[in-house]
Amino acid sequence: MKQQSAYNFVLVGVGGQGTILASDILAEVGLEAGFDVKKAEVHGMSQRGGSVISHVRWNREQVFSPMVGLGEADILLAFEKLEALRFAEYLRPGGVAVVNDMELLPITVTVGGTPYPEDGALQRVVEALGGKLRRVPGEALAKEAGNVKAANVVLLGAISRLLPLPEEVWWRCLERRIPERFLELNRKAFQLGKSALPPAD
Amino acid sequence: MRRILSGNEALARGAWEAGVQVAAAYPGTPSTELLEELARFPGVCAEWSTNEKVAVDVAVGAALAGRRSLAAMKHVGVNVALDSLMYASYTGLEAGFVLVSADDPAMHSSQNEQDNRRLAVFARIPCLEPSSSQECKDFMRLAFELSERFDTPVMVRTTTRINHSASVVELGDRVELPPKREKFPRNAEKYVMVPANARQRHPLVERRVQELRAWADSPQAPNRIELRGREVGIVTAGVAYQYVREVFPQASVLKLGMTFPVPENLLRQFASQVQRLVVLEELDPVIEEQVRLLGIACEGKSIFPLCGELDPTVVRERGAAAGLPTDRPPVPRPELAKPPLPARPPVLCPGCPHRSVFALLAKKKVPVSGDIGCYTLGYLPPLSALHFCGCMGASIGVAHGAAKAGIKERMVAVLGDSTFFHTGLPALANVAYNRSNVLTIILDNRTTGMTGHQPNPGTGVTLQGQQAPALDFEAIARALGIQRVATVEAYDTEALEAAYKELVATDEPAVLVARHACALLPEERKRWVPLEVLEEKCTGCGVCFRIGCPALLKSDELDPETHKPLALIDTDLCTGCEVCAQLCPHDAITTREQVAAESMA
Repeated sequence: MKQQSAYNFVLVGVGGQGTILASDILAEVGLEAGFDVKKAEVHGMSQRGGSVISHVRWNREQVFSPMVGLGEADILLAFEKLEALRFAEYLRPGGVAVVNDMELLPITVTVGGTPYPEDGALQRVVEALGGKLRRVPGEALAKEAGNVKAANVVLLGAISRLLPLPEEVWWRCLERRIPERFLELNRKAFQLGKSALPPAD
Repeated sequence: MRRILSGNEALARGAWEAGVQVAAAYPGTPSTELLEELARFPGVCAEWSTNEKVAVDVAVGAALAGRRSLAAMKHVGVNVALDSLMYASYTGLEAGFVLVSADDPAMHSSQNEQDNRRLAVFARIPCLEPSSSQECKDFMRLAFELSERFDTPVMVRTTTRINHSASVVELGDRVELPPKREKFPRNAEKYVMVPANARQRHPLVERRVQELRAWADSPQAPNRIELRGREVGIVTAGVAYQYVREVFPQASVLKLGMTFPVPENLLRQFASQVQRLVVLEELDPVIEEQVRLLGIACEGKSIFPLCGELDPTVVRERGAAAGLPTDRPPVPRPELAKPPLPARPPVLCPGCPHRSVFALLAKKKVPVSGDIGCYTLGYLPPLSALHFCGCMGASIGVAHGAAKAGIKERMVAVLGDSTFFHTGLPALANVAYNRSNVLTIILDNRTTGMTGHQPNPGTGVTLQGQQAPALDFEAIARALGIQRVATVEAYDTEALEAAYKELVATDEPAVLVARHACALLPEERKRWVPLEVLEEKCTGCGVCFRIGCPALLKSDELDPETHKPLALIDTDLCTGCEVCAQLCPHDAITTREQVAAESMA
């Protein structure tokens, strides 16, 4: 992704997956890199395993709306595939959908019997939007780093590949948020996520 | 120093910098974190009150004692507190009192999307509306100053996209204010609202509104004209201001920081400077109606929606359709060949101690009057065991009314521990006093779950983590005159059913306390042990699927005889509550004991 004066991020997933922590860190990274930043999220009922969405915006001058409009996200970071599909319309033409390659079956599938969308749908929808799809095996890489719970840091590592920022900027923010005894693990998780994406994006 | 703060963090910071000394609240999305944040600051006495009305009374008491005070709540909480807000508008105070009303357009976590600016108008008190975290902090100090200058409660009205958005804030220092008085005031004419005194106060309240209206036009007021193009002028406030700047960069703007009362001269001046006057506000046309009352023609809800929350997409689409000059044309939405997407509603968590109660109620097929909390989710399939939910504390009264009306079914009311203390208690006293046969089930998970684990009077600790007496539900019920009372371990399905049967055996009021701590509390997390399905015993009968646990999946394996999918437990999610294991007719799910024995071996 080329140098831009503003970036819009939409983070989606399932309540409890850590999207709020990831959007907190992403906002901090923007501030650290000299942008004005805003972030919007929702707490409460939807966090009980429902669909969740957070918005993060960076702008060299000034961010007005805390929410990203449809078709305006440079990066759609999805922690789960069905949620990527649900919120795909936020992606702008030329934007990148970074999708954690995992399925969390909602109760409407496990009990209700509605089918979980077939895997090809995501590729088709992202292409129809003029975007690029990048899959990241978040949980597998987090396990490789030492703990499955570091999947959100894997995903942040993946999108760091798309953003022209020095890695120290990310690290200064992650170090403020992560307890020292978990730093090594998360450093590895971040690197594995970063290597999971091709550099040319 | 600059930091990224959420609106709630900034409101707390602003109150602290303004020298607030007492703060009271009842948790409710999107307001909850404000008090949690404020409680961390030194020099502030912060408490979770039992409900919003109590919180306002507590804050009024502190302000009468000459200390700046704050009460915070979600929009519907102000309904509960309205009686107190109304007297406080008449009495005024000895020191600043600010009420934070956190509204929830789009009802992310609420039963309605009422616009509480209307309650500020109703109570005749000024209403400030910040549009960023910086303004959350700055307006808080202004609110205290206004409260003291005009002898009035002040409402700071926010919305979800203000409370739960974050932006950069410049921090300041606290002003240390000496108490304005040493003794409680003795001023009956001002503070004893009997008819004779209240009649004297009402004209003063109306005069105060006029004075505030005049002040709204002063340079100190948080209202400003940003003159750009003359073609369109937009009057706006709150988060809508941000959408205006984003979507209509050429438009002139009258940004109102105070939306009641509005500045008359500024509005007339602005209207005369632009060709087309438009009001953009979320929810009700509160500004628009005030503008029209001044005899100024404007557009507003004729262009933008009244229901739901605004966002840049909606504002751009509606604005462009009405011929307003937007930053760019609305994005055409491409036809996406999306497959049907299964919904992902919020659900009772794996290990939720409420699940066993709803499984029992579903089995008994009784009508269940519910309440506000995580347990409202018991209405969802496959449990489908909750048939009414209106507002905090309504469960018991509604069940009682149906019972007294002579309905043939046995009415059951369910509510949580915190909700019981909030407004359930007077309703239970009513059941006891007026004798209906309602079975009230208190889902005692030892915390306030939905809003993120705030303590309550049943928990035994305060907001600061100090020990407090844990109120005893059984003793309370007995003291009210209800003789049939039982407390059971919520994870024990047999005990639950036995207690239920005994309590409904006679035709009199009864109380069942189903107790187990929320599975997400740190102490409970320590005892999580995932269970397993024994494939050789599972027949795919589906009994376990009926309790709606997210950890119970349908396996790809089919039973050779029934050809139904076997059960499969997601070991990343299962907490080992054993409710499914107890209900399984084939003993096909391991118990914690079996899992422990296996790991020993």
